[in-house]
Amino acid sequence: MSTSDHDHRRDRDSEATFGEYGGQYVPEALMPAVQELEDAYERYVLENEDGFMDEFRERMRDFGGRPTPLQRAERLSERYDREIYLKREDLVHGGAHKLNNALGQVLLAKYMGKERIIAETGAGQHGTATAMAAAHLDMPCEIYMGRTDINRQRPNVYRMRMNGTEVNPVTAGSGTLKEAINETMRDWATTVETTHYVIGSVVGPHPFPKLVRDFQAVIGQEAREQIRERAGRLPDSVVACAGGGSNTMGTFHAFVPDDEVDLYAVEAGGSSLEIDEENALAPNSATLSTGTDGVLHGAMTKLLQSEDGQIMESHSVSAGLDYAGVGPELSHLVDIGRVTPASVDDEAALNGFHRLSNLEGIIPALESSHALGYLEEQHEELGDLVVVNVSGRGDKDLETVLEETENRDLEAAPDVEVFGQ
Amino acid sequence: MSDIEAAIREHHPALITYLTAGDPSLEDTKAYVEALDRGGADLIELGLPFSEPIAEGPTIQAAINRALDAGTTPAGFFELVDDLETEAPLLVMTYYNMILQYGDEPDVRPFVERAAEAGLSGIIVPDLPAEESDPLRAACDDHGLDLVFIVAPTTEGERLERIMSQASGFVYVQARLGTTGARADVSNATHDSLTRLEEYDVSEPCSDGVPKAVGFGVSEGDHAAEIIEAGADGVIVGSALIDIVAESDDPVADLEAKAEELKRGAIRGADGGTDADPIDAPEPEQP
Ligand SMILES: Cc1ncc(COP(=O)(O)O)c(C=O)c1O
Repeated sequence: MSTSDHDHRRDRDSEATFGEYGGQYVPEALMPAVQELEDAYERYVLENEDGFMDEFRERMRDFGGRPTPLQRAERLSERYDREIYLKREDLVHGGAHKLNNALGQVLLAKYMGKERIIAETGAGQHGTATAMAAAHLDMPCEIYMGRTDINRQRPNVYRMRMNGTEVNPVTAGSGTLKEAINETMRDWATTVETTHYVIGSVVGPHPFPKLVRDFQAVIGQEAREQIRERAGRLPDSVVACAGGGSNTMGTFHAFVPDDEVDLYAVEAGGSSLEIDEENALAPNSATLSTGTDGVLHGAMTKLLQSEDGQIMESHSVSAGLDYAGVGPELSHLVDIGRVTPASVDDEAALNGFHRLSNLEGIIPALESSHALGYLEEQHEELGDLVVVNVSGRGDKDLETVLEETENRDLEAAPDVEVFGQ
Repeated sequence: MSDIEAAIREHHPALITYLTAGDPSLEDTKAYVEALDRGGADLIELGLPFSEPIAEGPTIQAAINRALDAGTTPAGFFELVDDLETEAPLLVMTYYNMILQYGDEPDVRPFVERAAEAGLSGIIVPDLPAEESDPLRAACDDHGLDLVFIVAPTTEGERLERIMSQASGFVYVQARLGTTGARADVSNATHDSLTRLEEYDVSEPCSDGVPKAVGFGVSEGDHAAEIIEAGADGVIVGSALIDIVAESDDPVADLEAKAEELKRGAIRGADGGTDADPIDAPEPEQP
C-alpha cells in the first residue's frame, strides 16, 4: 500500500497543530497523560511497535468486518445522471465507522497498560462501538451520554448495556454531546493514572485528532483503491458528513494529496444557519460554515460561540452531528481551500434518509443522510464520478425519523402514518 | 517583586479565596469580595464565567451557570473590578477561550490590557498548560501581570521544573486529582503533593522565590492549619465559599466569618509547624 506508506512518512512529524489549529489546551493534571498518549501514538501507530497496527488491522478484519464494500448505487446514478458510489461504513460491525477508532483506541489503551476505558457519546454510535471494543478486549468501560441524547437514541443505550458498559446520564446544559465531553474530561482528570479516554472524533487535544484520523483513514484508503479498480480513475468528488469530523477526515485523508478530487464536508444546517443571539443558540451545527476560531475541549478550532466566547448550544435532528466544535485538521483544510464546507438542513437530511431507503434498500444514519441530502441538492457541481460515504446505518434513528417525518410534509417519505396505529 | 508575591510574603501564611463573578449578580459579588477582604483574604481570585468549565466540580459549575444566567459578561466583569477597592490584590481566573475572544479578533492582548487597566494583578487559566502559554505569558509580562501556573499531582520531573521556572506570583498546587469542590478532609493526595514539593529539587531561583499555595478541596480552618503546617505558603478556598453564597441567609456576614476562620487556621498552622519552611516574612498580624 504505497499511499499509506507515504502517509506514514509524512505524519512522522508529530506536530501538535494543523496551521494555527489544534494544540493541547487541557488542565495541567491531564498533560502527562496526553504526552504519554503522544508517545504511544508515535511508537505503536506510526512505528507499528510490537506489531500493534498488524493486530489492529487483523481485528478490524475479523471482528469489525473490514474491508467494507464500495457499492455502485444504481438508482441514484440514474437519478443524478452520473456515477454514484457509496462507501458502506454502515456495514462495519456495530453499524458505523465509529468502530475503526474505538477498537484502535481500546487496543492502544491495552498496549499502554491502562485498566479502564471511558468515553462520551452523542448519537450513541461511538459509545456502542467503544462498549463493543471494550467487551471484545476485556476492559471495564463507562460511557457518558447527555440526557436528551439518551432519550432520542435508546436502542444504542440498550446495546451499550448489553455489552456490560455503564451508561452515565449527563443533565447539564442541553444534555447533548458537548456536555458529555465535559463530564468525561472531569472523570479523566480524576482517574487519569489508570484510565484511557477514548475520544469519539477527530477533536480534543493533540494527539487525538491525528490518532483518530489515522484509525479512520482506512475508509479513504480502501475507497481510493476500490474506485480505481471499479472506475479506472479517481473520483471527481468525495462527500461525507461532518459532526466532529471523524468519518470526514477518515474518508478524505487518502485523497488530500489528490488535488483533482474535490472534498465536501457536509454539516448539519439544522433549521436555519442564522444565530439566535438572544438565546445564545445556534439552530444548526454548521461549525465549518459559520463558526469562528477559538478553544474548546483541548484544541484551537472553529466553534459556534458568542462574541464574548461562550459556547453556543447547537442543534441538529441528528444527535451525532449536534456539536459546537469540529476537528482542527478540518478547520485547517477548509482555511487553505482543500475542503469545501457545506450544509443541508434537517428536512433535506430526512429526505435523504427516505430516498436512500426507498431507492437503494439502505437505511442510512441521520448523520450520513446529510451527505445524501447534499448529493440531491448539489449533484450538478460534483462531477461525473462521486463517492459518498455512508458513515452508518439508521436503525438507531427510526423513532426520531418517524416522529420528525409525521411533523413535516416530506417529498421522499413513504406514508408513515400507518406506523402510528 | 509582583503585587501578588508581595502580598503573600507580607501576610504569610496567606489566605487566597475564589468567587465566581456574577453569582448571583455582580452587585452581590462586590459585597462578597469586600466581606472576604475584611475577613482576612490576602489574595482574591474572581472567576470570569465560561460555559464549559471542564476543571470545575459541581459547586463552581453551578455558580458559573447562575452567573451566566444572570447575564454576566466580560465587560460587566471588568466594570466590577474597576469598582472594587480591596486591600487584597485581585486575580482573574478564567478559561482560555474567554481571553482569546475579548476584542475584535482571537488575540490575548486586549484582555490583558483591559485587566491591567482595571487593576488586576494576575491571571489563572485552568485549561492553559505551560506548553501553550507563550502568547499570554508575553502579554502579561508587558503589562506587569502575573500568570499563575497550576502544578497537579501528576506533574513530575522535567515538567515540574519547567513550570516552576516559569511561575510568577505563586504556584497553585492542586492538592488532588479531579475537579474543584469542597471536601470534608485533607486527603492523602494533599499530603503527598506537599511532600513531593518538598522533595523536588526544583531549579533556582523559583523554588525558593515563588510561594506555593495549595487548593482543591480545602473547606475548613483545620484544613488550612494542616496545609500550612505541612509547608505551604498559602491555602486556596473556593467551593466552600460558594456553598455560602448559594445557601446562606446572610452571605456577607458568613463569608467574612469564614475568611476569619480560614485565616486563623492558617496562622495556627504556621505557629505550630515545625517542618514548615516559611519564606522570609514579617510575623502576620492577628486578624
Ligand atoms: C453514523 C455516524 N456518522 C457520523 C457521525 C458524526 O461524527 P463524525 O463527524 O466524527 O464522523 C456519527 C456520530 O455519532 C455517526 O454515528
